[in-house]
Amino acid sequence: MPVLRWIRRNLIVIAGLLTLAYMILPNIVVMVFSFNKPNGRFNYAWQQFSLDAWKDPCGVADLCGSLSLSLQIAFWATLGATALGTMIAFALVRYRFRARGAINSLIFLPMAMPEVVMAASLLTLFLNMGAELGFWTVLIAHIMFCLSFVVTAVKARVMSMDPRLEEAARDLYAGPVQTFVRVTLPIAAPGIAAGALLAFALSFDDFIITNFNAGSTVTFPMFVWGSAQRGTPVQINVIGTAMFVIAVLMVLVGQLIASRRKSNARN
Amino acid sequence: MTQQQTAGGDVRLAGISKTYGSFTAVHPLDLTVPQGSFFALLGASGCGKTTTLRMIAGLEEATTGTVFLGDKDITDLPPYKRPVNTVFQSYALFPHLDITENVAFGLRRRGIKSVKKQVDEMLELVQLGDFARRKPHQLSGGQQQRVAVARALINHPQVLLLDEPLGALDLKLRRQMQLELKRIQTEVGITFVHVTHDQEEAMTMADTVAVMNGGRVEQLGAPADLYENPRTTFVANFLGTSNLIGGEIVSTGENLVVAAGGGKLALPRERCSASSTAAGGRLLLGIRPEKISLAHADDADDIPAGRNRVTGRITDSSFIGVSTQYVVESPAGTALQVYEQNIERDTRLVPGAEVVLHWNPAHTFGLDAAQDIDAGATSVEDAE
Repeated sequence: MPVLRWIRRNLIVIAGLLTLAYMILPNIVVMVFSFNKPNGRFNYAWQQFSLDAWKDPCGVADLCGSLSLSLQIAFWATLGATALGTMIAFALVRYRFRARGAINSLIFLPMAMPEVVMAASLLTLFLNMGAELGFWTVLIAHIMFCLSFVVTAVKARVMSMDPRLEEAARDLYAGPVQTFVRVTLPIAAPGIAAGALLAFALSFDDFIITNFNAGSTVTFPMFVWGSAQRGTPVQINVIGTAMFVIAVLMVLVGQLIASRRKSNARN
Repeated sequence: MTQQQTAGGDVRLAGISKTYGSFTAVHPLDLTVPQGSFFALLGASGCGKTTTLRMIAGLEEATTGTVFLGDKDITDLPPYKRPVNTVFQSYALFPHLDITENVAFGLRRRGIKSVKKQVDEMLELVQLGDFARRKPHQLSGGQQQRVAVARALINHPQVLLLDEPLGALDLKLRRQMQLELKRIQTEVGITFVHVTHDQEEAMTMADTVAVMNGGRVEQLGAPADLYENPRTTFVANFLGTSNLIGGEIVSTGENLVVAAGGGKLALPRERCSASSTAAGGRLLLGIRPEKISLAHADDADDIPAGRNRVTGRITDSSFIGVSTQYVVESPAGTALQVYEQNIERDTRLVPGAEVVLHWNPAHTFGLDAAQDIDAGATSVEDAE
């Protein structure tokens, strides 16, 4: 049976394509419906093709405000969590100190804890401290839960780093700062970048913790949630699609640069 | 390229030691490495040779003692302020930089802007001119090793430290790199301090070898001198192979005569390093396997007079091309090693044959009997 044989030979490719389809299908639905022109307020049934939403992505009240707020929070949360997390990761791998083991396990707590529980207890904490809920409480909460992801990503990288590379740098006239900037940081960079990307993605679309601790501030996920009660503007799909495309483009550009560099090195 | 070399000098370690908690890695040690020499620290793993090297580099802080470079005390200088560079065991090339940038690293850190010419020259010296834009992982082990040497040498250090630089290479490449390193050293004239556990490597390359054991220098000297005149059983066994025979001194004079294994063996008095050479004292006699001749017991009468003789029986023989290695059981020792050149092979010399071992008494050395006769004998295989 030639058909069976063909399937057997290409089994891995077929399985891969099916998995890919499973993951991408929801995104495609979001994309397609960003070109819809729904009747009424709900964008659930396909009516006709239109570019209206793409031409006016901020056409819905408060949408772009919440988007900009979310981007700001994600930016600062990423910055804070990456800086802190990188330092923690280096400390945990490189140094022996008291309570190192305890910290090593406690770092995982935010990942293991149910988010609702964490959100509720954080709110309790903020209220007891008399903090005013808003941008700052959300940012503090985001840095807190992003931290453990950054630490995990950077730690893996630092652990696989040969400490002799830093010794070699010191041996070659690089002082402590130079050693860190010229050798340690560039080698740890992929881990730090992975941690930062993870932090950005987590912070940007976090809903539960944000919703508990935001007070009257409205982030993008909260806006989507709120509007879903009353109808879903097509613009939400537009924003979602744009985010997706930007992310894919960034990955592609990154890979292009890497492969360009590789072929340059070979020539 | 020599402005730093001329200002150089000997490396001098004075009472240098290193302890980790209750463990002493290096006992107080005095050592002088003459300027421009190729110096090897030889020993099994854990003998303190790498720690000693790292103290010269500044990567390890000495517990006691002083490191001098010429007249200058560099004990408290951090590694990046010492005119000393290291070739690391696993090369430690920077994976994110290409070969040019790896080699230029030291120059750039000292604020030298135009590095291209120097880098090109250095890559030419190690014959890697065509690989300047590759990344370290695109190079073979031997090539990476040469980059590591170039990266250190380009700084014209007063001393180049090599920490088991050939350990990761296969045997053939290792031999090739030994010659290469020796050539480079002769060419640039910088002091090389080379750490290795391979006694053959140390002997081929170095002008002076310091044999280390248990955090101490057992003996120091030129390779031939160390090989011919070991002063401890450790050195006798670690450098090549030695047959050690215990005995009692029966007469003294220019030659010491020792009763051992039912016979009498002679050795020159000046080749005996034992503290006491009075009659009645115990002694270990040493003889290298290649210095022994083997005769079948039937031909015993043909052996010239005046030679040391030991009778025995062959228990094992292995043919290895240029020579045949015999193991002989005798009253003087159960496993005496004999290497015979395969010039005219006596077909009667097979396991079970009764034989006479004989050698020139002048080739015999004497050691103090109060030490472990097997010291250093097995550690070679452990380290490999």
